[in-house]
Amino acid sequence: MTTALAGAKLAKQLEKKFPGAVIEAGADSLLLKADQLLAVAEYLNTAPDLAFDYLNYVAATDYYDYFEVVYHLVSMKHNHGLVLKVRCHDRQNPSLPSVTGLWRGADFQEREIFDLLGISFEGHPNLRHIVLWEGFEGHPLRKDFL
Amino acid sequence: MEIEELYSRDDVDEREGRQINELMARSQTPIPDPDDWLDEELKRNVLVTSVDAVLGWARRTSLWPVFCFPACCAFELITTAASRFDISRFGMEIIRASPRQGDLMITAGTLTWKMAPQVKRIYDQMAEPKWVIAMGACAISGGIFRSSYSVVPGYNRIIPVDVYLPGCPPRPEALLYAIGLIRKKISQKSLIQEGK
Repeated sequence: MTTALAGAKLAKQLEKKFPGAVIEAGADSLLLKADQLLAVAEYLNTAPDLAFDYLNYVAATDYYDYFEVVYHLVSMKHNHGLVLKVRCHDRQNPSLPSVTGLWRGADFQEREIFDLLGISFEGHPNLRHIVLWEGFEGHPLRKDFL
Repeated sequence: MEIEELYSRDDVDEREGRQINELMARSQTPIPDPDDWLDEELKRNVLVTSVDAVLGWARRTSLWPVFCFPACCAFELITTAASRFDISRFGMEIIRASPRQGDLMITAGTLTWKMAPQVKRIYDQMAEPKWVIAMGACAISGGIFRSSYSVVPGYNRIIPVDVYLPGCPPRPEALLYAIGLIRKKISQKSLIQEGK
């Protein structure tokens, strides 16, 4: 079975490389600063002892005060997993860096989040409607929709 | 391959969106049940009664359903077609994948606006005469999803419905009863009303 990496231990390792990037370390998760997400994700992807080469899924939730986007990472090589979380506090123009450059599998899921929650992913090659149709107004998964 | 080539072209999506928005704007009121001819007793039973009888018999005993199973009511429909309930007793076991060969649409499931143009297109492609059973709460009125942003509140917004079958989902027995009603309706239809 895939072992979950201990958040606190990994946070210490990341603190040396990216000071201040980890806001909070959970049991098997890390809450990251949004502007550091891409740098940390790239390190997690490429560092040989971590080698997170597979993105299980991207999900997002509206918590009224902020949007939280969750990335479930797995390393096929080492058979370990990690959960990354990023918060997006701007409700008017929520924006996060896209991880499609690191994991192509994020493509459709980021589009879905863009479609249903309205978070725009900077650097996404094709950020358009995916489940709703062209011309649909609003973002239905936001808590203030309707 | 260029990365842009992997994605669908903008104009295809824009055309789809336009189509859906136009259909939505057109479909704000339900289409009335096209059964006003059922009361016209006088016009019936003149001239072509025996032709009517033969035509009605032929039509009602070989109703071929069309594929339209967008959601969970489909399982009751599949059960109805399977051995225990067996709609082949009514000559209906051939469920046509092509709408041009079918004459009964059993709308088994929730319809979203994104799917609505396709369902309307399937209905338009069916040859006359054609009938529709709205199967289940979602097909009748949108059911529990009625107020959702993406769900069509009843198939009668986009196509005329002949028989409404309540239930969530209806049992196969109920579907068989609805098919009985459709058969009754078909046998009452006369050539005289055909033009309507």
